[in-house]
This record gives sequence, C-alpha cells and structure tokens, in this order.
Amino acid sequence: MNKFWIMLFHTYKNKIATKSFIISTAITVLLVLAVTNLQSIISVFQSDDGKQQIAVIDETGGLYPAFAKQLKAADTDNDLQAMETKESEKDAVKRVKNGEWDGLFIIRQDQKGTITGAYKALTISDESAYKLLKQALTQTKTAVETAKLGISAEKVSSLYTPPEVSKDALEKGAKSEEELGQVMGLVYIMLFVIYFSVIMYASMIAMEVATEKSSRVMEILISSMPPIQQMFAKLFGIALVGITQFAVLIAAGYLSLKLNPQNDASSPISAFLNFTDVPVSTIVYAVIFYLLGYFLYATLAAFLGSVVSRIEDVQQTIQPMVFLVAAGFMIAMFGIGNPDAGFITVTSYIPFFTPMIMFLRVGMLDIPFWQAAAGIALTLVTIVIFAAVGAKIYKGGVLIYGNASGFKAIKQALRISKK
Amino acid sequence: MLTIENVTKTFGSFTAVDNLNLQIPEREMFGLLGANGAGKTTTFRMILGLLSLTDGHITWKGKPVNYSISEKIGYLPEERGLYPKVKVSDQLVYLARLKGMSKKEAEKELMTWLERFGITDYKNKKVEELSKGNQQKIQFISAVLHKPELLILDEPFSGLDPVNVELLKEAVISLKNSGVSIVFSSHRMEHVEELCENLCILQKGKPVVQGNLKDIKRSFGKKNVTVHSDDDLSFLKTHEGVVKWKETNDGIRLQVANEPVSQDIFRALQGKGFIRKFELEEPSLHDIFIEKVGAVYE
Repeated sequence: MNKFWIMLFHTYKNKIATKSFIISTAITVLLVLAVTNLQSIISVFQSDDGKQQIAVIDETGGLYPAFAKQLKAADTDNDLQAMETKESEKDAVKRVKNGEWDGLFIIRQDQKGTITGAYKALTISDESAYKLLKQALTQTKTAVETAKLGISAEKVSSLYTPPEVSKDALEKGAKSEEELGQVMGLVYIMLFVIYFSVIMYASMIAMEVATEKSSRVMEILISSMPPIQQMFAKLFGIALVGITQFAVLIAAGYLSLKLNPQNDASSPISAFLNFTDVPVSTIVYAVIFYLLGYFLYATLAAFLGSVVSRIEDVQQTIQPMVFLVAAGFMIAMFGIGNPDAGFITVTSYIPFFTPMIMFLRVGMLDIPFWQAAAGIALTLVTIVIFAAVGAKIYKGGVLIYGNASGFKAIKQALRISKK
Repeated sequence: MLTIENVTKTFGSFTAVDNLNLQIPEREMFGLLGANGAGKTTTFRMILGLLSLTDGHITWKGKPVNYSISEKIGYLPEERGLYPKVKVSDQLVYLARLKGMSKKEAEKELMTWLERFGITDYKNKKVEELSKGNQQKIQFISAVLHKPELLILDEPFSGLDPVNVELLKEAVISLKNSGVSIVFSSHRMEHVEELCENLCILQKGKPVVQGNLKDIKRSFGKKNVTVHSDDDLSFLKTHEGVVKWKETNDGIRLQVANEPVSQDIFRALQGKGFIRKFELEEPSLHDIFIEKVGAVYE
C-alpha cells in the first residue's frame, strides 16, 4: 500500500479510537436525539397524565353544548377534557383543591344577558387552558349574539375569515416563498456545520501535527516521506474522521425522526428539516463549499501546527484562524436576513469567507453561475497557494524547536526549507 | 558507499557545515565527532534529505539522496521521538510500513528484535509506560526494523546503562557485519574508539581531524606516560618535551611530544625513588579530541 494511504489510515484509526472523539460524538448524538425528539420531550413535561380535566358549571342552563362544541374545535392539540357538572361551586372548588380536577370553569349570564366566564385552578401559570376556554367562550358568545341578530353561522364565519394574500417573485429563477423557507433551514444548518467542523477539525489537525512534532516522531516521518504528502495524508485522514462523525450524526437524526411517531410531517422539526423543495444544485453547492472551507482552513492549521514547539502553544497559534472563521460566521448570520446587502456580496469573494458567505448567496439568492464559480476558483487558488507555501513551512517548521512563535517562527521555517 | 562531496550548509549568515568531504563504504562504521553545535546533526539531516544543501553533493551508491532512497536509510535521531500514546507494536509496524516494508514482514521482524532485546512483554504497551532505557531500545528498533542499507545513529548510546550499551553495541556490530554502512555520532570517545575504523572530528562545521583511527593516532605523535610513585615527581613538569602534566591519586600522568621524550623521562626517573608503574600509551581519542576541539571551547 502506498505510504500516503498508510499514513491516512493511521491518522484516521488513531483519531477514531481516542476517548475524546468517542465522547464528543456520543454527546453530539445525544444532542441530535434531543432536538429531533423535542416535540415528545416537551409534551412529556407539559402534561404528565395526558389531558387536563376541566369541570364546567353552566349557570346559564343551556350554553354548555355549544360551548363544548366550540372548545373541541379550538382545542386542536386535544389537551383539554371538558365535562359538565351539576355540583355547587363550593363542592367543585373543593374537588379542584383535592386534585380530582385540574380546573373549574363557570359560565354565567347577568340580567342584561351578557355572558361572562370564570376560570379557577390551583395555579394559573399555564396560560394554554385559560386561552382555550376563553376562546371557546368568545366563540359561543358570538354565536349566541349573532343568532339574536338573525345572522346565519355561515355569514359569521365568512365575516371572520381573513383575506388570502399571495406572494410571487417575478424574477425568473427567484426562490419561491416555500423554497426560501426550506433553503434558509439548510443554509442555517450548513453555516453551523461549516463553522463548527472547521474549528473542530482544523484544530484537530494542528494538534495532531504539533503532537508529532513535540514528541519528535516527526523527524522520522519526514525522513520517510515528503512533507507535502504527509500534510495531505493528515488532511484527508482527518476529513475521513469528520465524515465518519457526520455519518453517525445524520444516521442517528434520521432514525430518530423516522422512529418517533410524533415527528410526522406536520411537526415543526420535520417542517424545518424538510428539504424536498431545495434544488439539487443547492445541495451540491453545500458539499462543494463545505469541502472548500475544510481544506482551506485545514491547510492553514497544518502549517500553523508545524511551527509550534509545544502542544500548549497550539491554541494560541491557531487563534487568528479561529477569529477568521468566527468573523465569517458572524457576517453570514447578519446577512442571512438580508442576502442582497453590499457587504455580503463583497465578503463572498474573500476566500476566507467564501465557503460560508458565497454559499449563503447561492442558497438564498439567484446569482449568476459565474459569481459562484469565481468564488470557488478564488478559494481553490488560495488553497493551492496555502498548500505550496504550507508544505515549505511544514518542512522547515518541523525541524525548528524554540520559543519563536507566530510570524517569527513561520519566517524561520521558510528560511530553513528554502533551497 | 555514501559520498559527501564539498558539502556546505549555511543558515543565513551562519555556516553550519563548511566544505565537508566524507566517504563511507559498505560494511563500515564511521564516527562523526564534534562538540555540541559542531554540525553533526545538520550533516545527518542533509544525508537524510531533510535539509537541502547550500553547496556540494551527497550521493548514495552514485545516486543523489532524496525520497526515492529513503527506504534504504534508517535513522535514530538524537532527540528520541515516538508516539507516546500508541502501542509499541502498532507504531513500529507503522513506521516500518512508511519505509516500504509490508505489514507481515514488519511484524515478523519486530518479534525478532523484541526477543533479541528481551522486551517481548512490552509489545502491547504504550511507549509512555516504558522506562527511558526501554524507550531507547524501541527507538533503535524503529531505525533498523526495515533493514536499511545505511544507518544513521545520532548519539545511540546516550542515556543507557552499561548492560544495554553492550546489547546495543552487539546489535550495531552485527548489522555492520551483515553489510550495513553505519554513521554514528557520540560524545563518548571510548565507544568511537571501540567501534569505528574511520572517523571525522568536526569543529564549527569544518573537519579538523579525518581518516583512519590508527593513522590519526600515529600522526598525532604525542604519547601519554603514566608514572605511579609516592615520591615527588614535580621536577618532570619542566622536563623537555612534556606537553601536559597532571597529578593523579597514584602519581602523575604526562603527555609528551613523542616517544623519545618518554625514554628520556624513564632515564631521568632512575634513582628518584621507587616507581611502581611506568607506562607508555597511545594517545586516546579523548586526548586528540580535547587537543583539536577543546582548546577553542575551553
């Protein structure tokens, strides 16, 4: 087997087997499970025994059936179970206090015929029951009053129905409302993924290189194979680690969504993750920009790691790189609501930001292909330059051990490796 | 045959190696000596192709040194380097595979070496769990596991106890006898004297002494004279031809300009009391080293 592959798989196997990798993956899987099952988790805390039992005392004597009907219509989540009681208010309150009922609702009507309601429960911090009951009573009241005026139910409902206002983008190829919503979800997720994975995997690479250097095994390694091959074997090895981690996360998320019956198509999480209307090209761009982002920052991290003599200095040395990533992320977050803005257009051509911001533009806007291509080309050129310069710094950097840091160390490394 | 021709290496204005010429044939152990910072490690790194040459050529069997022949070279760096958290067998096999050996062969060869050094128990231990001496043995195995034709050992015996030094010496000698060219550096002159036929002493990047060990000693001219006596021998301090004078517990140790001087001294000692021992010795490499290099560093 080629040395490149030997080193690639060695890097991969070692990283996969580390405790920190296993633990961080496990924690992220738990997080994914939590997010995808948010619906179920929330409902568990909301109502321990399912429906709330609400007793209703109807002092008017005839409104309960209409009220019950309205309540059923309003209570779409089926949270409340209303039942009429003939007991006195005093006895009913006692039952609520004993916990037999969750609440008591009294419907009254004064001499003038005005309908009022009263809600009594142990605590009134849960607004949802109160709101539903109030809504149902309001509807009942409207029905009663309009009936008195001789207006039919159909007329009432047509009176209350809001007009439909449609929204259409006229530019050819512009994203429809529905598409935009879904694309926004994807863009959000991708921005986070790029941000976190660049920071995580790039520092993993810097750490890996610095560890080999500080343990001095590097000298043996670079006497066995050229530094540029080594650098890329590490980059691809760690990329493979990343792919493994994502595969686990995506599989966990997918299974958890599919297996939990509460996550049907209508649940908010499914709506957020529903990418059926996202154009294929956007998905392809997502992959391209993710890879560009990874390799850009990973190359940077590899040679930054190579000029460090002690592992303690790794974080400090890659700090500027982390700031760059964070800056790109911030710009993208500001720009997601306003992707047409001038600063977004400009920053999308700066290679350090292109992976996030050009992707944002490609996803949210309908930009000409050449713009995306220009961004990709610029980033690719930057990666090639970084790889070429990086390999030189890497070759020299791994041989210097001293207190020089940052630019001084990079200069020293270049001097050593130059012809 | 490793040939180093007119090799010069400069870092900015600093010259680390200055016009070095060496030839190291097969089945030969060559000693590269020098004080700290004399350019030994730089020379090794150039032989390995880690550093480019400012001037000159280094060839191995007539071919320029680069990554195409790196599989034939074994290297024991002065600063020992292994993965602290990786199992001994895993990393040795990995390093051998990077030198082009197959996994199967590397595993087989590894067992032979571990048995030879009596450390088969450590096969599945992490390197950080081993003692320093055992780590050194592992490091040595990492340099020779892939059966190199050229072996570069930077301070191979430092930090080892005498038993392990012997163990390693035997291994090095048997490698030499099997046809491996070996270049090694050491501060321990007795090791160089014992193992090398040819050597080179570097000083500030320049070779100051170079050639066959016996020739070097012969041409050095000066001899050592040891006299053991309880009587006062201080009159010899001013004797003609005495270069160095040193009092020891048992008497004195002199360095004299040449052999005839020692005969003079022997005669002069007649009737000056009881002489328990009178000995004429070849100069040690240590003496030569101090003489050639030490003067500048004293």
